[in-house]
Amino acid sequence: MGGNIYIYIAVMALVTYLIRMIPLTLIKKEITNTFIRSFLYYVPYVTLSVMTFPAILDSTGNLLSGAAGFAAAVLLAFFGKSLFKVSVIAVLVSAAVLVAEIFIA
Amino acid sequence: MQRFKFWKKGLKDGIPIFLGYLAVSFTFGISAKNAGVSSLQSVLISATNLTSAGQFAALNVIATSATYFEMAFTQLIINLRYCLMSSALSQKLSSKMPFWHRFIMAFGVTDEIFGVSVSVSGKLNPYYSYGLMSAAIPGWTLGTFLGVVFGNLLPIALGQLFTAMFGTALANPTLAAQKIVASLSIALYGMFIAIIIPPARKSKKIAGIVVISMLLSLAFAKLPILCQISQGFRIIILTIIIASVAAILFPVKNEEGEVA
Repeated sequence: MGGNIYIYIAVMALVTYLIRMIPLTLIKKEITNTFIRSFLYYVPYVTLSVMTFPAILDSTGNLLSGAAGFAAAVLLAFFGKSLFKVSVIAVLVSAAVLVAEIFIA
Repeated sequence: MQRFKFWKKGLKDGIPIFLGYLAVSFTFGISAKNAGVSSLQSVLISATNLTSAGQFAALNVIATSATYFEMAFTQLIINLRYCLMSSALSQKLSSKMPFWHRFIMAFGVTDEIFGVSVSVSGKLNPYYSYGLMSAAIPGWTLGTFLGVVFGNLLPIALGQLFTAMFGTALANPTLAAQKIVASLSIALYGMFIAIIIPPARKSKKIAGIVVISMLLSLAFAKLPILCQISQGFRIIILTIIIASVAAILFPVKNEEGEVA
């Protein structure tokens, strides 16, 4: 190892923290500009959608299992099930498909 | 007492994050050990960074003995999406809230904590955020520790279990163990879905934005040239483009943030 590991850790921690901290402390007031306000309002929906899909399909290493987990989560979320239920059942459904595939194959 | 109530609510809502982080950071712990990072150092990385992709990339930087500048640049690029998240989150904070809370809340801006935080209606209570962090940080650091210490034992245990159950040896227990643990990460995606679907059900505009975001994300992941763009940049590019177009087409008018 060339560099000092603790300096590496300090550098990465500092950079990561600053990226999170600067906007949160710089934007103190409610933004009145309609465009920026609307933009920031839509950011979570876009970001979370882009992060979820198609990554969820590969998340279990098996397309069918990932797709089953995705379908189960969308269905449960559509019917207003809690965060906890949706995520746990997504795990169980995808695991069930994974196990079923192993046994059938 | 009010504060404690918010903290407890955050802790409870943070349980899926705790479980998901436990699994993802377990695989980080295995990778860290393979990169020659000690258990103490691995836990230190997780406790001070609380980020997934950035930490995995950091292992590469450390293993190749790159410069400190390269480390800073790598983290900046991979974690730039937090900048967008923090900006969006700033609008969920009350101007009456003591300012110092922002410095602590900033540390907890992860994909998952951000997702749960924005799904809260009205202003965000800092103690709710601390509750989420109280679930997420132990999950992330504990998983890392377990990954470093038991990462090599799990494949052995799994191999023995397989042999006991089926009478034949498991072909590649290391790969199988990593796959099983990694597959638990679907819990975090399930959580994101639980956050975006209910508002999409209420608003056709949000539903449209969710569907378009997913389709464009799929296109960026699968089409030639576009697929060369890293996941981190894909998130930033698509967020800026889609949220801008949505803001022009459907400007948000009232205080509640409802689409007019």
